[in-house]
Amino acid sequence: MTHSPLQTPALLNVGPVAITEPVIVTWIIMALLVAFAAAVTLRLDPVPSKAQTFLEVIVSTVDDQIRSTMLVEPGPYRAFIGTIFIFILVANWSSLIPGVEPPTAHLETDTAFAALVFCATIFYGIRSRGLFGYLATFAEPTWIMIPLNIVEQITRIFSLIVRLFGNIMSGVFIGAIVLSLAGLLVPIPFMALDVLTGAIQAYIFSVLAMVFIGAAVAGEK
Amino acid sequence: MNDATQLISIFSAAMAVSFGAIGPALAEGRAVASAMDAIARQPDSAGTVSRTLFVGLAMIETMAIYALVVALLVLFANPFIK
Repeated sequence: MTHSPLQTPALLNVGPVAITEPVIVTWIIMALLVAFAAAVTLRLDPVPSKAQTFLEVIVSTVDDQIRSTMLVEPGPYRAFIGTIFIFILVANWSSLIPGVEPPTAHLETDTAFAALVFCATIFYGIRSRGLFGYLATFAEPTWIMIPLNIVEQITRIFSLIVRLFGNIMSGVFIGAIVLSLAGLLVPIPFMALDVLTGAIQAYIFSVLAMVFIGAAVAGEK
Repeated sequence: MNDATQLISIFSAAMAVSFGAIGPALAEGRAVASAMDAIARQPDSAGTVSRTLFVGLAMIETMAIYALVVALLVLFANPFIK
């Protein structure tokens, strides 16, 4: 990463649309994840294969986390939370492949995820409480809190964006700086730290998404 | 004019990171110290404590990361440098 971390130069142009590197990496990761999941789930077996066991472990872990964090049955939320967690995890770890820059190290990808979380919060809130029931939660505990609650909705999404972006981007940035200062093989300890940071940030992002949605649907039976 | 802006930008970026790192550094030190204390008292709960510790550390570290992002904004996306 020799250019500014806030800019993404276009690699090629398809008509008026500029295609940047994060877009390509994102689509490759999406294709790989979908292909793997489809290949395993098309041949589900009562006696599971290795890949099926692996997927079952992932799904049941996500279910357990949703149950313990949101205190609701995981059914309606499993797909959203699980997808966010697995994609961010794979995207963060994609920096281990030489020449690949993780798409989460760019502000646009993180903004897209946080926007999804923001919309999901409103969607699940309205679905479980009704429109007026959801709007009424802004007036809790008293109506004086309405401006604060609205500001909080926006700032927590901003902190979600900057948290993921800053952590992953700083990892890539430090790796590049150490590589240019010290040379080959020296950034390996930093990359090992990046693996840990990437996993923790993916976990934190999905846990915070769970907390936000859980707060919006609280009290659902 | 532009030179002065660049000079001040670089200086304030360094200031942002160095002072922004003080608080999270102290907080992470306290968090790790209490976690060590808890593990020393109850070695059985080491797994739970260290898992919570890692998540908490990442949350605290985010404050320093905010300072870093602000510093990078000042350096790379400064609206006052033409």
